[in-house]
Amino acid sequence: MARLTINGKSYDVTVDPSTPLLWVIREQVGLTGTKYGCGVAQCGSCTVHLDGAAVRSCVVPVAAAEGKQVTTIEGLATGATLDKVQQAWVDHEVPQCGYCQAGMIMAVAALLKDTPKPSDADIDARITNICRCGTFQQVREAIHAAAKA
Amino acid sequence: MIVKAPKIDRRSFIVGTAAVGGGLALGLQIPFRPGVVRAQDGSPEINAWVVIRPDDTVVIRVARSEMGQGTLTGLAQMVAEELECDWSKVTTEYPTPGQSVARKRAWGDFSTGGSRGIRSSQEYVRQGGATARVMLVQAAANAWGVPATECIVSNSVITHKPSGRTTTYGKVAEAAAKLTPPATVALKDPKDWTLIGKPVKRLDTMGKVTGAQVYAVDLKLPGMLNAAIKDCPVFGGKVKSFDADKIKGRPGVRHVVQVGDSGVAVVADTWWQAKTALDALPIVWDEGPNAKVSSASIADMLKAGLDADQAFVRSQNGDVKAAVAAAPKKVEAVYAYPFQNHAPMEPMNATAKYTPDRCEVWVPTQNGEAAFAATTAAAGLPAEKCEVYKINLGGGFGRRGAFHDYVTQAVLIAKQVPGTPVKLLWTREEDMTHGRYHPVMQAKMTGAFDASGNLVGLHCRLSGQSIVASVFPQLLQDGRDNLAFQGLDPSGDFELGYNVPNLLIDHAMRNTHVPPGFWRGVNINQNAIFMECFMDELAHAAGQDALEFRRKLMSTHPKHWAVLKAVADRAGWGTPAPQGVYRGLAQMKAFGSYVAACAEISVTGGNQVKVQRIVCATDPGYVVNPAQVERQISGSFVYGLSALFMEECTVKDGRIEQTNFHEYDSMRIAQMPKVESILMPSGGFWGGVGEPTICVAAPAVLNAFFNATGKRVRTFPLKNQGVQMV
Repeated sequence: MARLTINGKSYDVTVDPSTPLLWVIREQVGLTGTKYGCGVAQCGSCTVHLDGAAVRSCVVPVAAAEGKQVTTIEGLATGATLDKVQQAWVDHEVPQCGYCQAGMIMAVAALLKDTPKPSDADIDARITNICRCGTFQQVREAIHAAAKA
Repeated sequence: MIVKAPKIDRRSFIVGTAAVGGGLALGLQIPFRPGVVRAQDGSPEINAWVVIRPDDTVVIRVARSEMGQGTLTGLAQMVAEELECDWSKVTTEYPTPGQSVARKRAWGDFSTGGSRGIRSSQEYVRQGGATARVMLVQAAANAWGVPATECIVSNSVITHKPSGRTTTYGKVAEAAAKLTPPATVALKDPKDWTLIGKPVKRLDTMGKVTGAQVYAVDLKLPGMLNAAIKDCPVFGGKVKSFDADKIKGRPGVRHVVQVGDSGVAVVADTWWQAKTALDALPIVWDEGPNAKVSSASIADMLKAGLDADQAFVRSQNGDVKAAVAAAPKKVEAVYAYPFQNHAPMEPMNATAKYTPDRCEVWVPTQNGEAAFAATTAAAGLPAEKCEVYKINLGGGFGRRGAFHDYVTQAVLIAKQVPGTPVKLLWTREEDMTHGRYHPVMQAKMTGAFDASGNLVGLHCRLSGQSIVASVFPQLLQDGRDNLAFQGLDPSGDFELGYNVPNLLIDHAMRNTHVPPGFWRGVNINQNAIFMECFMDELAHAAGQDALEFRRKLMSTHPKHWAVLKAVADRAGWGTPAPQGVYRGLAQMKAFGSYVAACAEISVTGGNQVKVQRIVCATDPGYVVNPAQVERQISGSFVYGLSALFMEECTVKDGRIEQTNFHEYDSMRIAQMPKVESILMPSGGFWGGVGEPTICVAAPAVLNAFFNATGKRVRTFPLKNQGVQMV
């Protein structure tokens, strides 16, 4: 049994404590915006915030998330108002297939929290998610746009 | 639905859907049928492509799949252009393959590959829109008792010009649906297009930024169980035994089943339970006859083909052997291209529900009809008892078009749990090791110069795998795989852009047990490297500028030349580059479009490559949505340069060695060059967009690398040569 706080709501889940947070979010809690891409913290599709910091939830055991605030892509917007990163993603039409974009957006949202005006070098160092469609040119434009918003 | 579905013969079905354009005859005629066909919500179909709701919402049917490339929006634009409807009220839906079978392929080809999504359906979807418009206007005219010729239409509003009366599509749709469609309709002249050619926003962005878009991996069905699978790691091997008792007591585990000859699956309440139980399951494999094959043994086999007497000839003029023998100067080079995995971000998956009376499958597929064929075959049920629901893909890149191994598996699992929907999801490791790989190919390039330094002979001998021989052997032509020569053809969609008086392009087919597949760009990826790097080698040997050397060979290929000239001009070819920056060129015609690139790179330490900027030009004939075309182009450099620098699947003991992205890497944003796209549609033909640009990425950068370092790399990926992308 684990007690989790996800997007401000409490959940009691019955799982093996070694179960990755990703799978608890997807299977027990039922929030499927967070994606499985590799399972070994390489691709970043599963990125969520743990107490505001970006983590790759496929390698975070659920036990490590107890007592912390988990934020997923579903919790980023405020009601019907998109987060500025999401809005920039819409304005710049970043997604192609979109599968990696929830993780990408969560990684960028965490970056902007501690580095509100990131340089290209900051972006290069902090955004290491894989996108096979190759949206990076639009991702970079949208990050700078979100930083100005 | 209306008519009894015919039973599909799977073999002829696949042949039909594979032949380019071959299955479209029915789709070109908007079939007439008595009575009104209704969408699920009761709204009338005007025809197969257009449903109009009473509130004026226009539902446009799209048969091709959306996997990120923007085709969903582009095809809707084309229907809407002719329909003259209000774009802000357009929504889309996928017809199902089962419906299409029942309606004699009313929607034509579902296959979404070969960069054909737009170009091979553009005519009949525009006709669908135009036909619907004529019927809607006629319905309004009938209601008013006036001639239709007195009515005009714009933005879904029909106006009777003499009286000024107006109505909307939503109000006349019911009556329009009852009319007999016109036998012929005139399509707009491209110069009159108002929606085609505009960078309208994609229709499918919002759900992708909120997490709301449901991919097939996200599907939840009542009572659904989850499955993880392992197939024999050696291609062609089988299951010998497995000890299900060892994992039966684990939490959530419901079933342990064999899947066909070669797979074992665990079915559990959750996928994580299934996956971890499968990891703990002892499985003994019969690895079969291929268990000793290695990358080295495959390379040796290909190498022997470079000088083999027998080869399939695709293109020949003059006498290249005599020209080479007589040449005072000749140049020879051998290139080698590796196996590569598609690695779409969403691993292979499918959800199936089976009963003896019905089999349903939910699947991310590039070809709904092929997924349907796989479903009927695995279920052993007739077509009318099967249905496939397409779900937008988390990447395709060719992996999910001709191959539906994961659909077959899902159905075979579901048959052992009848009545219960089962979602099968592969691990990334399963995905990496059970791909349909970019074929391995080597090439021996030989060029011959006359005494004046003119290129008089060129021989390109390919040696390697044939995708067609493996996937669609019925399409071989006297044994020859024409697809192997993409980009090197004498004419057509893949026409070589050079005239050489003595030319020979041939292929020694050397197939392996590693299954090949259509990997975004397919055979242009290696052929562009072979031809375009060798062109630079020849220019260098002749002491000539790479652009000028090409120009002299391209006099009868003005469109090839135009894109090359465009990138050279924009990049400033022939003028000094910034300090430490080196340029390289490449061009090709592929999938009906002309593409060229000029790469600008810098190199530190002889092996740390920074790709600074790429100027790319494309002439696809027509551009439907320039914003999406630009995104396909910039994205193509990510796929193409990841392949060049990082990606190789090696074979050891008959199996693929790389299991995840730590061993099979992909570019990150830090490595992304600035891409400048020049769209130069010249009209009069329809070329593809999703794939062509990929092939110029590698040779442009390789040619720049030679210009920077004097080093010519001919074996890939570059990581094997210690060359890294920074």
